[in-house]
Amino acid sequence: MAMIAALAIQLAQMTLVVAIAPLLLGWVRTIKARVLRRRGPSPLQPYRDLLRLIRKEAVLAENASWLFRVVPYVTFAAIWVAAALVPTFASGLLFSWSADMIVIAALLGTGRFFLALAGMDIGTSFGGLGSSREMMIASVAEPAMIMVVFTVSLLAQTTQLSSIAAFMAGANVGVRVSLALVLVALLVVALAENARIPVDNPATHLELTMVHEAMVLEYSARHLAMIELAAALKLVLYLSLIACVFVPWGMAAAGDGIVAYLGGLVAYAIKLAVGGVLLALFETSIAKMRVFRVPEFLGVALMLSLLAVLLLFVSRSP
Amino acid sequence: MAGLPYDVAHLLAGGLVLLSLMLLYQDRMYALLSVFAAHAVILSLAVAWQAYVQSAPHLYITALIALLFKGMIIPVALHRIVQQLGVGRTIEAVVGVGPTILLGIALIALSIMVMRPVTEQADVLTREDLAFALSVVLLGLLMMVTRRNAVSQVVGFMSLENGLIFAATGAKGMPLVVEISVAFSVLIAFIVIGIFLFRIRERFDTVELVALDQSRGEQP
Repeated sequence: MAMIAALAIQLAQMTLVVAIAPLLLGWVRTIKARVLRRRGPSPLQPYRDLLRLIRKEAVLAENASWLFRVVPYVTFAAIWVAAALVPTFASGLLFSWSADMIVIAALLGTGRFFLALAGMDIGTSFGGLGSSREMMIASVAEPAMIMVVFTVSLLAQTTQLSSIAAFMAGANVGVRVSLALVLVALLVVALAENARIPVDNPATHLELTMVHEAMVLEYSARHLAMIELAAALKLVLYLSLIACVFVPWGMAAAGDGIVAYLGGLVAYAIKLAVGGVLLALFETSIAKMRVFRVPEFLGVALMLSLLAVLLLFVSRSP
Repeated sequence: MAGLPYDVAHLLAGGLVLLSLMLLYQDRMYALLSVFAAHAVILSLAVAWQAYVQSAPHLYITALIALLFKGMIIPVALHRIVQQLGVGRTIEAVVGVGPTILLGIALIALSIMVMRPVTEQADVLTREDLAFALSVVLLGLLMMVTRRNAVSQVVGFMSLENGLIFAATGAKGMPLVVEISVAFSVLIAFIVIGIFLFRIRERFDTVELVALDQSRGEQP
């Protein structure tokens, strides 16, 4: 019986992240529009966009290989699994033994790898350009991410997200410089990975600036819907990851009653909403960077996370 | 074990190292001076915290000296000097920013690796302070090596001296006379360097040190 309940909660978590991903995207867009004193579309607009895309007929380029058709599903699956592993409203889920931070980084890397391959598959100049830019960003963002993972897991003595959340919610964390550095590094990596404003602007189709949009330019209909949903899921994933590691309060533990789970849901919704508002405010207050300055920007994240690992060695042993 | 006193000291010392790295990262003159001022302010906070932890009231005077001279007078004076010299707003570095930062990180790792075994029997606060102070000194040296512009080399020198003061306050029982004399010698050094800057500019119309090499006939 307990097994079935645990499975149900895990399934609820999996569906929840997919269900709210477009809503979060719409929420960020609405807040951004409001900050710019525009009315903006309804927060539900991303759902309508996805439905419209799914209803359309898929158009493929003549020289598209099987890879091009498979990639949207592969990318979506990798990111979905990663997002389902991050504890959102409850920790200690059924599959939390596999919710390893290194696994999540690897899954995200897989998704990116296939998307970059698909960008080059058709052989248009835009796709290759987008792929090469994406790889340029990834070559700095991934080491930074791994260093963040190392710092957090050295502190918590584990790489499992549920245990890390429990550790961070506990009393014996103390004031750590490393954690502050890691938080900034993770925020920078999240901005870069989600193609948000200082690195890439998801709202334009201007060839000079785009990275992610250039890679997926040849996709249409249901393939594009999958990719857009995967991009939205990635945003949910990063916000959940930051919430899970740095503000783990309100999360239901394993074996709690239904009230705890409802409380966890409310807490999670509040965390996501606040995260969306902060993201929108940040994006409206900053200008897009030149592409060649992006490695410098991400280099800061790498530097901070390296420094965080180093400082751990002189800090008080836990 | 040491609780909050250690945590706050760790926070301030880590902030000092981070600001040293930011000094290396800056490529604009006025921003560099602001970061340097922040460096000195954090230093004075760290020294004041040491005074509180060690209950050594004379360290408060050191903190005050650091705040007044290094946090206010020297940055303002450097600001004036930069304005009067009319040197470029951006700083030319010998090596690019990325490799410099990586080198800096390696130096921090080196100082931690060196200091931990050496200070085996000291208490945990002193060990950490000494490791951080050594890395601040090394980063200051690195900054002096990798910058072409004389003004930013002065900033590197001053940040190096911040590291020295930090090490001195971390070690218990440093007499006040020594600290004051160090602070004043740095002030004198600053005045001398300031005069030299104007002499260099008068002579060569620039404060880039490459010009000195040319005048010695080392470069065509």
